[in-house]
Amino acid sequence: MTIEITNITKRFGDFVALDNVSLEIPDGDLTALLGPSGGGKSTLLRVIAGLETPDDGSVAFSGEDATGLPPQRRNVGFVFQHYAAFKHMSVARNVAFGLEIRKRPKAEIERRVKELLELVHLEAFAHRRPSQLSGGQRQRMALARALAVEPRVLLLDEPFGALDAQVRKELRVWLRRLHDEIHVTTVFVTHDQEEAMDVADRIVVIANGRVEQIGSPDDLYEHPANDFVMSFLGPVTSLNGQLVRPHDIELLAGPEPGSAHATVVRVVRLGFETRVELLVDGSDVWVQTTKETADRLGIDAGCTIHVRPAADAIRPGQRQPSPLASPVAVG
Amino acid sequence: MTRYLLRFVALFYLAFLLVIPVGVVFRRTFANGFGVFWDSITTPEAVHAFKVTLIVALVAVALNTVFGVSVSLLLVRRNFRGKRVLNLLIDLPLAISPVVVGLALILVYGRLTPVGEWFGNRGIDILYAIPAMVMATAFVSLPLVVRELVPVLEEIGTDQEQAASTLGASAFQTFRRITLPAIRWALVYGIILTFARSLGEFGAIAVVSGRIRNETQTLTLLVHERYTNFDQEGAYAISFTLAFIAIVSMVVLTTVRPKER
Repeated sequence: MTIEITNITKRFGDFVALDNVSLEIPDGDLTALLGPSGGGKSTLLRVIAGLETPDDGSVAFSGEDATGLPPQRRNVGFVFQHYAAFKHMSVARNVAFGLEIRKRPKAEIERRVKELLELVHLEAFAHRRPSQLSGGQRQRMALARALAVEPRVLLLDEPFGALDAQVRKELRVWLRRLHDEIHVTTVFVTHDQEEAMDVADRIVVIANGRVEQIGSPDDLYEHPANDFVMSFLGPVTSLNGQLVRPHDIELLAGPEPGSAHATVVRVVRLGFETRVELLVDGSDVWVQTTKETADRLGIDAGCTIHVRPAADAIRPGQRQPSPLASPVAVG
Repeated sequence: MTRYLLRFVALFYLAFLLVIPVGVVFRRTFANGFGVFWDSITTPEAVHAFKVTLIVALVAVALNTVFGVSVSLLLVRRNFRGKRVLNLLIDLPLAISPVVVGLALILVYGRLTPVGEWFGNRGIDILYAIPAMVMATAFVSLPLVVRELVPVLEEIGTDQEQAASTLGASAFQTFRRITLPAIRWALVYGIILTFARSLGEFGAIAVVSGRIRNETQTLTLLVHERYTNFDQEGAYAISFTLAFIAIVSMVVLTTVRPKER
């Protein structure tokens, strides 16, 4: 099931949450909506689910217009950041909810609930209340509940946002595996670039209500469309007014074409990686290098070296067309 | 130290305001034995007053339950112009004297007014009959359900309701399966408060009922009548019964209500 979003605009009072956003989400993909808080990504997800009504534009599922449909008739699965567990029902009843609403036969509901609880590894907790589960377990329950109705698309709004770091990592690996198993078109919202790069097939970067760039994780990292995308996806530093990835700066013992003088301020050894903090023309620059290079050059605080951007350095705006990146309609 | 002082002040205040007077009523009620008390509350007027009180209270409770749930949902879940005005109006019965409410109802529904005449021509008495008494009672107990429900609705938020809607539940199904179970204890509490308040209403009822014995006389009116007719024991007996019903319903509620979370 593809999702076609065309010219969606949504305002809250004077605040423009979504500014003429168009986007197509391919069938069976796991897509991340990535961006800073308040950038509009959650609003876009809620517009897809029908929980928000756009002021303008349309939403369609595989060509079938859904803009005017209320959420209960869209058949989407939605997972909330804070689980939205039905507190007064057991885990099994939570999962059964959508099927009970659809008046499916009892035996079928029972069988399906059992299957889903196995899928999310909660079969032992069927009769517990959500309040007796941990955060990670509650979110898995919420996922099973959303999947129970066999949704056309699965939408997750910062699904791991309320969990601690360890559980977060486990759950995202698990989500990726689950998606590889069931292949339902999935969109999830996150502000964590590592999470997006780790899990998603495709990333849509959204900021200030606009789509900044769409592409595979590699594509966005290697070919960021602009400074914003480059600095949002991975570390950056600024050398002579140019954004550069800190591992794309060459450290040299003597001057060479295009190089600049640099004074070493501090050397931080982080195991394999070594972080060198420099002063170039009075501004701070930092470089990621290997322990080996640092040792070879004999770098230490106070000494002078020469730096220049690597020949193949990643630069914003030098995009190469990629088969995964569909044209972006911005503005 | 402050802890004990606060406790002392609170208990002292309650003792003089509530516990001692109610306690004295209880004691006076049974001063001449249970038989006298029982005879006093089972006279034909008393039994009739019981019925009238119960009918008026139950209808007012039913009206305010439906109204209270709808208005609470409106206040918490919707944004609209005039929301603050509505909020203020809900609390108005707490500020306005019930007597004033009664007089206002007379001005609108009296037999010589257009509204009263319209109903009168169709054989329906509003004033000095059950309808006006229900209206007066419903008015004075209006805020109780709303004020119980609003904080609970605010606390549970909209996530669960939205989750239900994405799972295919209609607005009504969401209300019945998700919202109602979440607010049920607050609702029961509000209903009991409304009921207790309705049983005890005097001022507004005194004005709009006409105080017709064996017709529109409620228990509180009967207490007043007996008291002014120097039947103090009779007045205490009814007072005790009124207080007893209210206290029993509160006690039952507090014991039945589960400790939540």
